[in-house]
Amino acid sequence: MTADGAAEPWAAAPRLHNRVLPVLVLLATAAATAMGFVVIAPNRLLPGVGVPLWQAAAAPATAGFAAAAALLLTLCWVRPRGAVHYGAAAVAGAVLLAAPAVAGASAAQLLGSAPPASVASLAGGFWVVGGCAALAAIDSLQRAQAGAAVQLVTAAVLAGGFLALSRIGAFDALSLSREYAARHDLFGAAVLRHAELVAAALGAAVAIGVPLGLAPLRRKRFEAPLFAVLNLLQTVPSIALFGLLIAPLSGLADAVPALRAAGIGGVGPAPAIIALVLYALLPIARNTVAGIGGVSPAAIEAARGMGMTGRQVFWRVETPLALPVLLAGLRIVVVQTVGLAVVAALIGAGGLGSFVFEGLGQYATDLVLLGALPAILMALGADFVLRLAARAMPRRGAA
Amino acid sequence: MRIALKTPALWLGLLFVTLLTGMPGLSPVFGWAFPRVRPAVFDRAGFVELFLSHLGLVAAASTAAALAGVAAAVFATRPAGRDFRTIAALLAAAGQTFPPAAVLALAVPALGFGARPTVVALFVYGLLPVVENAIAGIEGVPEGLREAAQGMGMTPWQVLRRVELPLAAPVILAGVRVSVTVAIGTATIGSTVGALTLGTPIFDGLAGNKLPYVLQGAVLVALFAVVTDLLFAVLARRLQPADRR
Repeated sequence: MTADGAAEPWAAAPRLHNRVLPVLVLLATAAATAMGFVVIAPNRLLPGVGVPLWQAAAAPATAGFAAAAALLLTLCWVRPRGAVHYGAAAVAGAVLLAAPAVAGASAAQLLGSAPPASVASLAGGFWVVGGCAALAAIDSLQRAQAGAAVQLVTAAVLAGGFLALSRIGAFDALSLSREYAARHDLFGAAVLRHAELVAAALGAAVAIGVPLGLAPLRRKRFEAPLFAVLNLLQTVPSIALFGLLIAPLSGLADAVPALRAAGIGGVGPAPAIIALVLYALLPIARNTVAGIGGVSPAAIEAARGMGMTGRQVFWRVETPLALPVLLAGLRIVVVQTVGLAVVAALIGAGGLGSFVFEGLGQYATDLVLLGALPAILMALGADFVLRLAARAMPRRGAA
Repeated sequence: MRIALKTPALWLGLLFVTLLTGMPGLSPVFGWAFPRVRPAVFDRAGFVELFLSHLGLVAAASTAAALAGVAAAVFATRPAGRDFRTIAALLAAAGQTFPPAAVLALAVPALGFGARPTVVALFVYGLLPVVENAIAGIEGVPEGLREAAQGMGMTPWQVLRRVELPLAAPVILAGVRVSVTVAIGTATIGSTVGALTLGTPIFDGLAGNKLPYVLQGAVLVALFAVVTDLLFAVLARRLQPADRR
């Protein structure tokens, strides 16, 4: 992947081995110099003034960031090998952890000399520095061709460091932490509800989607109409589908009081889960067709020859061989469902979206973040874990 | 086959236009079904006006996203930009795991309420599937064809314009199609940050407990998205090489 300067005459600098890292470092440096790192506002709702890193943070912290930038730039000129890439990843990871800690410390310091109701939020400069550091770390790990174990350890170290920092109160001065502290109980419940919505939709979608995907494998003529319908469902915007389900469900709940007693009605989790299942059917059915349909006929033939019954062939041969493709479908569905469940808050289903839309209603950015950040982390985390799981899958009999 | 595909686009399109212009005429029907809601049809803004605003947001953001996305993919597949290919693909894949509603909500603090955060969120989010598909499409062009074109004396620019882009067009179009579908849905949620779209009646209805408004908005949004997707299907069929039609 890494371009070798000698082999590429168009590289202006003959010994620059990595051109992604300098771009990221320069971008982060520019943002840290020109943009606010933290914003100090007179209260929770009014807009504030951005304070750049070098004014907000203590001198050693600024010096530390500058040293990290210089080190990363130097590493780009060193002949690439594993240790260099891992070194770059470690520096970038340290920046990723240090950025919120420095922001928290700066916020505490700036608030000390500000009027009592003031709040400190993370500003654009922080997000650019953090984003560039994350990208630099991932890019370096990819250049080092890090395996699943290294990736998992890196993620665990970052998560652990972040938790430890929040434990010792490094972020307490930031308004995001204050919004969290004010809604401590609600937050746990919202995360749980969000996970419940995703899990319920996922379970039902697999139970319905896999048989739906198996049908066209037995009868080819089902395939075109099935996917035409599922495709159209996928096209309908989420809030429209939620809205369309409200009327029939509330009518149903009115007609059958037992349903209402069971908590099923026009608004709430019921229409949300139904809509999430409808969206999830396409990727699951599509990957079932691709996965099971892609099992080589020779493997099935061999299994039959060994005297396996149709059921045994399905469970012991077709399913294991199709598992990576099925897992890929599951990954798409989990990521999609986590995102769509945010919107479900609009029809009273709860979850992390309730913070997002409450924050939008109150013009309170940090409340929006309190909902959006965990949702993004949940989606990224599920994507990461399921990717690793698919990679760890033994490739038995792969053609 | 082509007629069978064209027909639903045509009659669903007609149904959409009819409903868009004739919704106030359905007032007695909604009034009978929902006796407690007056006026029975959403009237804070005309449906045609809402649609044009919605369409404008999507068209502006998606056009910009398609152009910028293809440009980024072309750069990432040139020798000079090859270093950035991994990170471009990574950004495109990771970015799509961000929930659209969250992207929209996060654009608000930077840009304020109204149409602007919606357009920017639509653009950023719409960029990702285009970049992903355009990279895949250009890289899917057989190396032999590229070499043959070079052998005929084509400049790199001619190879790109006459060989790579035309051959990658169906895959790029599939990316644009995803991008537009997502944009229509995300723009609908844009109503919560002050953009005027067909989602506006839905949110007014949800906030004021007025079910008919929710229904009117939802049906129109759904038809808008479905008809657009069907039109893309017709276009995709046109782009397909004749022997594979």
